[in-house]
Amino acid sequence: MSESKEQHVIPFRTYALIFAALLALTFVTYHVALVDLGPWNIVVAIVIACTKAVLVVLFFMHAAYAPRRTRLVILAGIFWMLLLLGLTLTDYLTRPPATDSISFNNAPVAAYVR
Amino acid sequence: MERTGALLGQFRDLDQQRETVALGMWVFLLTEIMFFGGMFLTYTIYRMKFPHAFAEGSRELDVVKGGWNTAVLIASSFTMALAVRAAQMRKRKLLCILLASTMILGGVFLGVKYFEYAQKFEHHLVPGPNFHLNVPDAAQVQIFFSLYFAMTGMHALHMIIGEGMLLALLIYSWKGKYTGGYFAPIENGGLYWHFVDIVWIFLFPLLYLVDLHR
Repeated sequence: MSESKEQHVIPFRTYALIFAALLALTFVTYHVALVDLGPWNIVVAIVIACTKAVLVVLFFMHAAYAPRRTRLVILAGIFWMLLLLGLTLTDYLTRPPATDSISFNNAPVAAYVR
Repeated sequence: MERTGALLGQFRDLDQQRETVALGMWVFLLTEIMFFGGMFLTYTIYRMKFPHAFAEGSRELDVVKGGWNTAVLIASSFTMALAVRAAQMRKRKLLCILLASTMILGGVFLGVKYFEYAQKFEHHLVPGPNFHLNVPDAAQVQIFFSLYFAMTGMHALHMIIGEGMLLALLIYSWKGKYTGGYFAPIENGGLYWHFVDIVWIFLFPLLYLVDLHR
């Protein structure tokens, strides 16, 4: 019984397919970036990057075969990351430009960066 | 204590021991997600404020080197995943070959990164008094390059630590420590290496592919 998980060896084919998919997606993300999609360029780039990350987590990092509590911990990490990004952006995205505490107009930034 | 194939006293069976060890590694990786998360957040805010400057900065990067490096790093993740598989199947030589391949691919990545950094120094694109770029919003392009060096620099540091880890794993693997049924360090080393790969999977489009079509 105690050896059961060890015997669960993922076939070489699975790893090779994931490797090929990751390379293909890298190729796609570069070529899509050459096409002008307006605001959708960044959306496509993020979606492709997330797809690649999910493939790595599920298969290379064995999350697809991990017990439920391990998967819960992984999801908690992603959730916390989204909290960090999401809640901070609710602030930045809703600030009227005039009341922005740091002035992002060209001149003052140039003044204190230089 | 001899650990090869051994079940430590606090665990019920080897399955539970393996799951616990992997879970512990994942908890560490969550702290890493939050560590890099802060930089990704900073990047997001500044890119929203200065989209034009970020595009100008991004165009100064070498997208061919970045793209090939992405492929090299993905290949190193592939060999690392196969290394874990070799340890599972108790194939010592194959495990050592795959760990060495992962190290070599990681070394290639770092080598290319070195040449990219050298190029940035030559072209006066390192933030500071010597920064020079002939555009009106050069000061804001400096913010892009500050983030570029902070994020790729921290990523490269993780790679260097990973190379050291792989060397230790390779030495112990050569001695046959991980092919007797106990291979948790190989598995956890793999989790770390794949995590570093994921960070780059996000860094590549965010740094190299901003408004490339213009």
